[in-house]
Amino acid sequence: MGSLIQSVDWLAIAPPTVTAVVALVVLVADLFLPEGRKPLLGRLSVAGLLLAGLSLLPLLDGDRSTFCLTGVSDRDACSYAADHFTLVIQLLVLGGALLTALLSMSAVRDQRLPEGEFWFLLLSSAAGAALLPASRDLATLVVALEVASLPAFALVGLRRGERRSSEAALKFFLSSVTATAVTLLGVSFVYAATGTLHLTEIAEKLGHVDPRLGTLAQAGVALTLVGFAFKTAAVPFHFWVPDTYVGAPLPVAAYLSVIGKAVGFTGLILVTVVAFPSYASVWAPALAVLAALTMTAGNVAALRQRPERAHSAVRLLAWSSVGQAGYLLVPIAAAGYADDPAHAIGSTVAYALMYAAVNLGAFAVAALVARTSPQNRITDYRGLYARRPLAALAMGFFLLCLAGLPPGIIGLFAKVTVFTAAVDAGLGWLAIVMALNVVIALYYYLQWTATLFRPAEEAETAAPARVPAPLSAAIALAAVTGIALSGAPQLVLRFASQALL
Amino acid sequence: MSHTALQYLLAAIVVLPLVGAVASLLPAPPGLKGKSPEQAVLRHGVTVTGAVLALSIALAAGFDHDSPARMQATTDISWIPALNIRIHLGVDGVSLPLLVLTALLTFLCALYSYFKMPAGPSPKAFVALLLVLESGTLATFAVLDLMLFFLAFEMVLIPMYFLIARWGGEGRERAAWRFILYTLLGSVVMLLGLLLVGIKGGTFDMVALATDNGSKLSHTTQLIAVLAIGTGLAVKAPMWPLHSWLPDAHTAAPTVGSVLLAGVLLKMGTYGFVRIVLPVAPDGAHTFAPYLAAFAAVGIIYGSLVCLNLARKGAKGDLKRLIAYSSVGHMGFVLLGIATLTPTGVNGALFANIAHGLITGLLFFLVGAVKDRYGTSDLDALSGRTGAALYGKAPRLGGLLAFGAIASLGLPGLAGFWGEMLAMFGAFRPADGLSRPAFLTFMALAGLGTLLTAAYMLVVVRRVCMGGDGGSTRPQTAGTAQDAPADVRSYEFAAWTPLVALTVLAGLWPAALLGLTDPAVQQLLRGGN
Repeated sequence: MGSLIQSVDWLAIAPPTVTAVVALVVLVADLFLPEGRKPLLGRLSVAGLLLAGLSLLPLLDGDRSTFCLTGVSDRDACSYAADHFTLVIQLLVLGGALLTALLSMSAVRDQRLPEGEFWFLLLSSAAGAALLPASRDLATLVVALEVASLPAFALVGLRRGERRSSEAALKFFLSSVTATAVTLLGVSFVYAATGTLHLTEIAEKLGHVDPRLGTLAQAGVALTLVGFAFKTAAVPFHFWVPDTYVGAPLPVAAYLSVIGKAVGFTGLILVTVVAFPSYASVWAPALAVLAALTMTAGNVAALRQRPERAHSAVRLLAWSSVGQAGYLLVPIAAAGYADDPAHAIGSTVAYALMYAAVNLGAFAVAALVARTSPQNRITDYRGLYARRPLAALAMGFFLLCLAGLPPGIIGLFAKVTVFTAAVDAGLGWLAIVMALNVVIALYYYLQWTATLFRPAEEAETAAPARVPAPLSAAIALAAVTGIALSGAPQLVLRFASQALL
Repeated sequence: MSHTALQYLLAAIVVLPLVGAVASLLPAPPGLKGKSPEQAVLRHGVTVTGAVLALSIALAAGFDHDSPARMQATTDISWIPALNIRIHLGVDGVSLPLLVLTALLTFLCALYSYFKMPAGPSPKAFVALLLVLESGTLATFAVLDLMLFFLAFEMVLIPMYFLIARWGGEGRERAAWRFILYTLLGSVVMLLGLLLVGIKGGTFDMVALATDNGSKLSHTTQLIAVLAIGTGLAVKAPMWPLHSWLPDAHTAAPTVGSVLLAGVLLKMGTYGFVRIVLPVAPDGAHTFAPYLAAFAAVGIIYGSLVCLNLARKGAKGDLKRLIAYSSVGHMGFVLLGIATLTPTGVNGALFANIAHGLITGLLFFLVGAVKDRYGTSDLDALSGRTGAALYGKAPRLGGLLAFGAIASLGLPGLAGFWGEMLAMFGAFRPADGLSRPAFLTFMALAGLGTLLTAAYMLVVVRRVCMGGDGGSTRPQTAGTAQDAPADVRSYEFAAWTPLVALTVLAGLWPAALLGLTDPAVQQLLRGGN
């Protein structure tokens, strides 16, 4: 009989903890700072996120775990594991949050968002998102998911007095809460059937459930998966996405499109690959169909966006993010067919890293354009090259990365890994559906890219205003990441070739 | 020359244009400012492409001509171990002529643009795009890794799109869209095929795959792979009925765009067939060869019939469009040669590739010059009632146009003859197992195609070069035609003479080229060893 008192490995849990602590510090400091010094909060948050990112460094071995139940079974069942998968996703989350924070610094001031609340909510959500990949039991998983989502609702509705903003928040809230309720129901069924919440133990026990509880276990698995699919904005739970993105402050939309997605996918990966591998014959085909539907729905809707409509840029990015979610689902579906599922999901991780960098970059340029044209129509991007050549080149690069066309080499090879995962798993039809989708996506991404370089309709009257330093830093950071990855794709693609979990 | 030197030469040839493209976007350093920023950047383009041409000539000189079947100047370093992608470069007898042709045509285009910049936005972007285009094309011919091949294949799309859409003529946006969408649709399918080959064959390395000669790929895999890869390449080549992007793109593109499109970009498709499809999936190629040959034969007939129709009086045929359609016919010969799967046919195809690059490049230059002088390339507007009488008004231009037309119809003694003759010769006795009667039919169709080609080319010569005295028959629509059009200018001479000389040289001394390609082709068909 081992000790019942758990020892806590503080170093292992540092990344989410640091983020959460900084969030609290920001909230308290907000009370004591005079109005004029509020920008300090933004800098504090950026520093906190950097610190949290640095705290990943001592964990690079990837062999730590904590909050373990000792002596219950022959193996230790831990609730928190800092393995390579965790570290990569935490890097994605913290890096994404950092870029979002840089984006937000000027937006918070321009749109008169309440500073203390904004930074607190952003950091809290990031803390939840950083906790999620490390969770190895269903309770922690659900709690982390909620910590990541609840502040996000508030962030979406933060533009006070804007009808669209509160409507967006409500839509987002309702759909997300439904997902959580469904997940919780599923989790409770699974617990009832197996008697444990730890993912690895569930995997073990699901294999030989009492036949009388068989239906309960199956229902539990199905409901849990539905809940997570909801979070990833997979078809048919994707309708909230465009309205929410348009209604939210732009940096929040960027945050949702990257970290919100990453959260859903991480949860889905953990649940499918770690907890329910014995049900692979059920969830794998379901996810494959879901992937095909999601990417098709997202891309077709993005294709139908009219460039002269108000907010068409964000709307297009929103729909395209639904399409990209479809690609991200492909390797997870393939994992169900593979002999070594942990291997296949590496493609999702690699793709998600690429997507995070370039999508945040695209949102950053959109934020830049929104400063002069608040309508943010795609037609407003005409002549961007003449006005701001570097921003236009960066935007072109991001869009081509998303499309997967040189010079966006990383985008191309990230798609290649996803294709490889599908072909490897024998999902030839899914590869073909994805190929068609890639072509559809190429159409609208290219059209936007071409718009950037078209001469503007009317002559420019005023000289372009100065770009705030944090915003240009965000664009530069995303662009440098994208270019570095294009030169050395191995940096992220190596995750596709090793077992992460 | 030592192997290391060659290695660096080849790497430099691929990388230098890219570096040049970046450099052209930066402000000119002091001392190289020239008369104006425009002139400086155009001169920069000429310098870089000239340097690339010099390097590729040095590469050709250092190439061991006694063993053209061997991959030379090879570099092989790991790039993305996760996907098993290597930076593997090398040239053999098949790729070397194409490499030199690309460097030559791009240089001539840069030279031509230096004096006659197409109307459009700043020359800075023009030069940068031209250089990226050159790098992508050269890389396509130099890489020996399937994924890198795909990357290079895609790399040319964006620059070509912008060249057409920004500096093109009427209907350019639509034509550019059509070009890029068709090619992308094809290349995504091709990517799937390449991945299939890579995954089932265990490597993306073209040399290793060619050595395996399909032994690791099941018959079904080969069929799917050839179908998928072939579709992508056939769009590019272009093969009838996937050609419909081509006439619009060629017509709308600026002169140098058309020259490069016809001269080198189309060759990427046929090169892919020879380099990838034939050696990597021989069974699949064997199954689909008759269909490819049939489409090729239809393409030959179709291309020449459309041209005949365009050349008709009162058809409002555009001269550029006509040359574009003639490309469909000429590329049909190339595809027919490949489809025979015999050394004779494939050698003919490669020869016709080069010949088409030289001759059609020259023709597009000439038509561009005519269009500049008359403001139109509409055949009816040009020739008026009796003919444009270019012989009388601008004898040198007229003579060159007649030369190009005659070379294009395949007059013995000029470059156009050998490739088409060998392709048909290959079809006369196709590889074992292919239906001989079918190929004899295709050969007969191709023969008919040559006759039709001769017919429309001669009609064009008659209508453009000959005609009345020019006094009463002067075209009404031509604004500047009150005076006789200027004859060939010196920079035009400089840009066109190399093409004329090489056309004659390749026609009189085909062994120079065939001696390079034949051993390499023999080896590829045998299975790379």
